[in-house]
Amino acid sequence: METQLVLEKWPGVVSTVIIGAKKEAGGSRGNTVTIGGQNSLPLLFKEGAIPHKPKIAFEIWDIAPQDWPEELISAYAGAINDPLAWAEKCVNEFKAELLCVKMQGTHPDFGNKTPESAAKFISLLLNKVKVPLIITGSGDDAKDNLILPACSEAARGQRCLLGCAVQDNYKTLVASVLADGHSIIAESPIDINIAKQLNILISDMGLNLERIVINPTIGALGYGLEYAYSIMERARLAALSGDKTLASPFICFIGQEAWKAKEARVSVEQGIIWESLTATSLIQSGADLLIMRHPCAAQQVNNYIEKLFKE
Amino acid sequence: MLIIGELINGMYANIASALKDHDKKIVQACALEQIASGADALDVCCGPASQNPLIDMPWLVEVIQEVTDKPLCLDSSKPKVIAEGLKAAKNKTIINSTTADAEKLEILIPLAKKYKSKLIGITISAAGIPQNKDQRLELAAMILTHATEEGFPITDLYLDPIVMPVNVAQGQIRDILETIAELKIIAQPSPKTIIGLSNISQGAKVRSLINRTFLTMAVASGLDSAILDPKDKELMDTLITAELILNKNIYCDSYLEAYRKK
Repeated sequence: METQLVLEKWPGVVSTVIIGAKKEAGGSRGNTVTIGGQNSLPLLFKEGAIPHKPKIAFEIWDIAPQDWPEELISAYAGAINDPLAWAEKCVNEFKAELLCVKMQGTHPDFGNKTPESAAKFISLLLNKVKVPLIITGSGDDAKDNLILPACSEAARGQRCLLGCAVQDNYKTLVASVLADGHSIIAESPIDINIAKQLNILISDMGLNLERIVINPTIGALGYGLEYAYSIMERARLAALSGDKTLASPFICFIGQEAWKAKEARVSVEQGIIWESLTATSLIQSGADLLIMRHPCAAQQVNNYIEKLFKE
Repeated sequence: MLIIGELINGMYANIASALKDHDKKIVQACALEQIASGADALDVCCGPASQNPLIDMPWLVEVIQEVTDKPLCLDSSKPKVIAEGLKAAKNKTIINSTTADAEKLEILIPLAKKYKSKLIGITISAAGIPQNKDQRLELAAMILTHATEEGFPITDLYLDPIVMPVNVAQGQIRDILETIAELKIIAQPSPKTIIGLSNISQGAKVRSLINRTFLTMAVASGLDSAILDPKDKELMDTLITAELILNKNIYCDSYLEAYRKK
């Protein structure tokens, strides 16, 4: 007798988030990137619609990165010392569809750039490359509250994704994102209860749940990946069961975590493997947006995504 | 949990007067208030005040449908009245209800199939109200057998163990809770379970507290649906909390608000 597969049908759906605005939508991007919209667990194509593939964004900084290992820096050759050239290289040479710029140079300990210079950098970057942008702060809450509104305003109408809002510091960023027509990254420390609470707090300020992307915080392969995996799985199950407050796509900062691992720093080959495996594992737990560092790892993961979505 | 609002019922003075004058504003306001308070579906009952339920039932259905597409739970002991409601219904429907009597089952199950309606089966029969768990389960089995024979989908069948007022049949309440749990394992796939909650406090002085305490116990026993007053905020908060504790929703500090955002 033929075995019948039991197919699950879910009442809920993950919200669809579009990053980037072309001319007709009031922006100046050459393309847009759409994530989310699925009503099935990851890759279970027979159970529901999965209209959008996971997408990779190349991570760049507004300054030359200080703590990246040589194995990683060498992939960008000299371009890494000039953030605009770095951005261009990602788009032209490595075919990046999307960039994630971290405003590290605004951190009090890493250059302490002013909001004005941050805004100017974003304007220059928007002129230099035509792909959509994700913009993240340096992680210093007080400074981010000055920098991110300036960046948000400089990118008004470009429908960027800005982050990261956290439970103790979200109001300033939400207000900016609302005013300038962007979407927001809501970050929680591998904690589903806080992820849900933060989404509610943000939506209470008037930003639609459909404009939130969850950063569940991840660990790299060998460094707590399975905790992130289980949190993401639980959130996604709730979302598919109809909990709108958890029905946001996931953004995962893959490169940042993978290249922290000591194993990744042994050799460039091993670093690429570490970053690729962290990414592919998280795709299987529902990651929608992968922020990656090494172009070879990005290429490998892209091939993997294409293969998965072929049939 | 499927929450069915109980307030559109001719036994309430506002609805009785609306029925008398065919004043749709009162009915529509009552529908919208219940939905705003968290009702997933609305019970629709002409009640004893109605002179002509065959006209009043479809009128109620039509005026409610003007303001909401939530499912309507057509509530009458007379199959003909339910049939008139079904004819008028564009929204999804739930028939409320059949007893375990063959002559009712033979009319209402085909009717439910014809209109793709869900069906509530109450574990009572012409012989009277059951006195214990075994009698309840026996009547439930009879409803299930008829439904299965007719090819009615069991997951669309809501079995009601018939709640008795605590001041009338205190000795039966534990049996009723145990029946709820056992109804879930009486067939595969499981039928749904439902109660008319307010019965538990009928004639009692402290109604809301009794209602919400019993609801918590019933939810813990596996209850799928209840007909209740969704405008009783403490009752709704209790229900949301009970479901949270049973891990049906993910905790967050604003879990009450989170539930209402759903």
